[in-house]
Amino acid sequence: MGALKAGIVVFPGTNRERDMAIALERATGRRPAMLWHRDAELPAGLDLVVLPGGFSHGDYLRTGAMAAHSPIMRAVAAHAGRGGLTLGVCNGFQILCEAGLLPGALLRNATLRFLSMDCLMRVERTDTAFTAHYQRGQIIRAPMAHGDGNYVADEAVLDRLEGEGLVAFRYVNDKGEAEPAAALNGAARYIAGIFSENRRILGLMPHPEDLVDPLMGGTDGLPLFESLASAA
Amino acid sequence: MTTDTLPHETLARPRAAELAAEFGLKPDEFERVLAILGREPSLTELGIFSVMWSEHCSYKSSRVWLRELPTKAPWVIHGPGENAGVIAIGDGLAAIFKMESHNHPSFIEPYQGAATGVGGILRDVFTMGARPVANLNALRFGSPENARTRRILDGVVRGIGGYGNCVGVPTVGGEVNFHPAYDGNPLVNAMTVGIAPADRIFLSAAAGVGNPVVYVGSKTGRDGIHGATMASAEFAADEGDEKRPTVQVGDPFTEKLLIEACLELMATDAIVAIQDMGAAGLTSSSVEMAGKGGVGIVLDLDHVPQRETGMTAYEMMLSESQERMLMILRPGAEEQARAIFEKWELDFAVVGHLTDTGMIEVRHKGRTEAIIPLAPLSDQAPLYRRPTEETPRQSLLDAATVPDPVGLGAALETLIASPDLASRAWIWDQYDSTVGGQTVKRPGGADAAVVKLEGLRRALAITTDCTPRYCVADPEQGGAQAVAEAWRNITAVGARPLAITDNMNFGNPERPRIMGQFAGCVRGMAEACRALDFPVVSGNVSLYNETDGRAILPTPAIGGVGVLEDAAQAVGLALAPGLDLVLVGETRGHLGQSLWLREIAGREEGAPPPVDLQAERRNGDFVRAAILSGAVTACHDVSDGGLLVAVAEMAMASGTGAVLLASPERVPAHGWWFGEDQARYVVAVADGAAFLARAAAAGVPARHLGRTGGQELTLAGVFSISVERLRAANAAWLPGLMKA
Repeated sequence: MGALKAGIVVFPGTNRERDMAIALERATGRRPAMLWHRDAELPAGLDLVVLPGGFSHGDYLRTGAMAAHSPIMRAVAAHAGRGGLTLGVCNGFQILCEAGLLPGALLRNATLRFLSMDCLMRVERTDTAFTAHYQRGQIIRAPMAHGDGNYVADEAVLDRLEGEGLVAFRYVNDKGEAEPAAALNGAARYIAGIFSENRRILGLMPHPEDLVDPLMGGTDGLPLFESLASAA
Repeated sequence: MTTDTLPHETLARPRAAELAAEFGLKPDEFERVLAILGREPSLTELGIFSVMWSEHCSYKSSRVWLRELPTKAPWVIHGPGENAGVIAIGDGLAAIFKMESHNHPSFIEPYQGAATGVGGILRDVFTMGARPVANLNALRFGSPENARTRRILDGVVRGIGGYGNCVGVPTVGGEVNFHPAYDGNPLVNAMTVGIAPADRIFLSAAAGVGNPVVYVGSKTGRDGIHGATMASAEFAADEGDEKRPTVQVGDPFTEKLLIEACLELMATDAIVAIQDMGAAGLTSSSVEMAGKGGVGIVLDLDHVPQRETGMTAYEMMLSESQERMLMILRPGAEEQARAIFEKWELDFAVVGHLTDTGMIEVRHKGRTEAIIPLAPLSDQAPLYRRPTEETPRQSLLDAATVPDPVGLGAALETLIASPDLASRAWIWDQYDSTVGGQTVKRPGGADAAVVKLEGLRRALAITTDCTPRYCVADPEQGGAQAVAEAWRNITAVGARPLAITDNMNFGNPERPRIMGQFAGCVRGMAEACRALDFPVVSGNVSLYNETDGRAILPTPAIGGVGVLEDAAQAVGLALAPGLDLVLVGETRGHLGQSLWLREIAGREEGAPPPVDLQAERRNGDFVRAAILSGAVTACHDVSDGGLLVAVAEMAMASGTGAVLLASPERVPAHGWWFGEDQARYVVAVADGAAFLARAAAAGVPARHLGRTGGQELTLAGVFSISVERLRAANAAWLPGLMKA
């Protein structure tokens, strides 16, 4: 068990903060701190800042657009700028993109419907603080639950993400092949999650935090949090 | 106390009578208003009487029957009469739950109607101090061939998802039926289950003369005025569009804030009483809170947060704007409470205080708009024992007299792709079922949803059930069957059934046949509740579900809750290879009112399968004990579609097939495989012989059905169908319908 010190940012409409806290505590043995969106500073000595899933400000405008301008986001950007570990899941991924900490944007699902189901993702690299406990090319299951998971970026950005190995997870079928039926949200190049250039920021749409207990149907999400625990 | 004793302006008699009729008050009810007041009412007063005495708020046609339902058990903490029912579930915790209809609004504006239905039932639960942990919904739509059905289904599903997904409460289960009887009156029944410490339950009875009355949540607008009255009337065809302004608009983000702010305040000792502003908004919450507490209440509407300018007292009292709550605080707690609501960016306003007058007094702009004695407003509310007419009994249908036109294999393939049995994945896939991280059994994974309690081993099992085609054929048997099936579904995951909430959806109670259906269903439900120790702790009644004189099928939807001490003991549907399949319960081959009869033979007739509550209890207790002993790998109750459909559903859940043994000669094969005899389960066990011996010792009928394995479902010499083919047929129907 590592002693990773984590903080979870809570916006008024965040709704997966408790799921995230359970997963982090399971992997690290330490209960993460809950951070209020109007705080301008982070607690000292945080190893990891998490932006969890939900509907931060109702998301009636554009998902994550208002949250990206919350007081705490300046502190989160500073933390990330210092090379601090930063994880954004679902709405958190959308906020990281809106805040410019990750490239691209997440548009309405190609199906034009909310998608709630398990998806399969391929782990694209394992030499990162988020994925060290997975095997390269491993296919993992994770629940997804989003209306806006259609990852887009211009071709140059997508080429750069591919070229620099910044695609973290890709939607695949059970044979490990990326194909349209595996990415109903329509994400460009089947991208489920991406790293920042220094690979200290991860944004992804599916919810590994909801699959960390055999009782809930599996533990495919746990190695992500165990990776973080041993990165501290 | 110096107050006015009269409103500043009352209506002249002819105008008052005319408006009373427009607001849905019958002439004799209007006479009673005049007698209570001793004068003509003001417009606001007439509005208050008409909504409080609407069917929706007063239960005037149903109350005399609902009294027959058993409501007590050692584990019941609060039965009907509060915002929701409360039961003890162990570990010092309580489950708080209720189901409520939003039928009429969902017909008029499906998205908002369904969304606000979810919002309303969530508030009924968290107003009692519970964090909502699960949502379910029981939906009934018209004929799939009707183009309007697709539009309504699409809007309702989007509305339920749009609201539930945003508030962050997982939608874990429910049921969907299609029948032409719902063409003009779809049913949207939403259920919420929440968890609270058993010693921290918040009630609605106001207390403490002088205590502040506080309004929190969203601002009040002109939406939903007279929604409760609309929900108490029949529709004429194409009237829906004109009624749209009475439908409210929901904001799940505000609801989420309201949940968090209320729970934060509830952790202090600031609240004396609290109630959500649901149907009839500020009127029903203030009247009910003060009435229950035996106190008076003064409301000063100048302080009510308003979304629009120029609102009158009448409009504010009758508005059904969403996401609002009314609270009585301890004196001096206002600032502490205000700080919490401001943190969550919600409106907070002291809008009145409690008095010792026993009156509700409504003031606006320095004038008295209403002054009504509270006791007669509730005590003298109309109560009707309306005439009933029994549904004629139909005779039992002997399977031997019904020819099988297509054979077993073809019937199975048709049935699993039929509207009432086809996969609902297209719907579940739009509901967030995993938020919270405690969903042990998701939709389709087991007979009941299983949701673990955070940080504990304990879990709740939750289901909604009703078979309306049985209820219309025999209301009493149908009512009993609905309760029994909920009990069975909870049992089939290994949980102990504890209590139910009921959502009684019927046609026009002024017609004796409909009132007879209601009375019959209640009788059957009461009998089943007693036999199964499964009391009713909350409920809701929706009458007048008729369009142009055509009523819905009687639909007493049952929401059941049970408990599992250890979530790890829960079993689901999915078959694993190498197991024995055993049928528990007796099979006579009842095809009357079965889906086989409707879908394959094209007939809707006969008596529904009889409900034997003693057998139900005996078989269920046996199956549950077997599950908890670890002997059972998978379990499924036998219901719609009968035995072969049940086995097919278990195979489709995992992809593992089975080889089935021939049916006994005493029962015609189609009766055996598709009859809907009650009190039956299919279990998959490692040691079939030991299980059968155990059943024999317990006096429980059981029979070896076959063995699991392979990728086909096979009945030797009759059919062999790949599970993949069954799955494809089962999965294709609903997406196909919605694309059409």
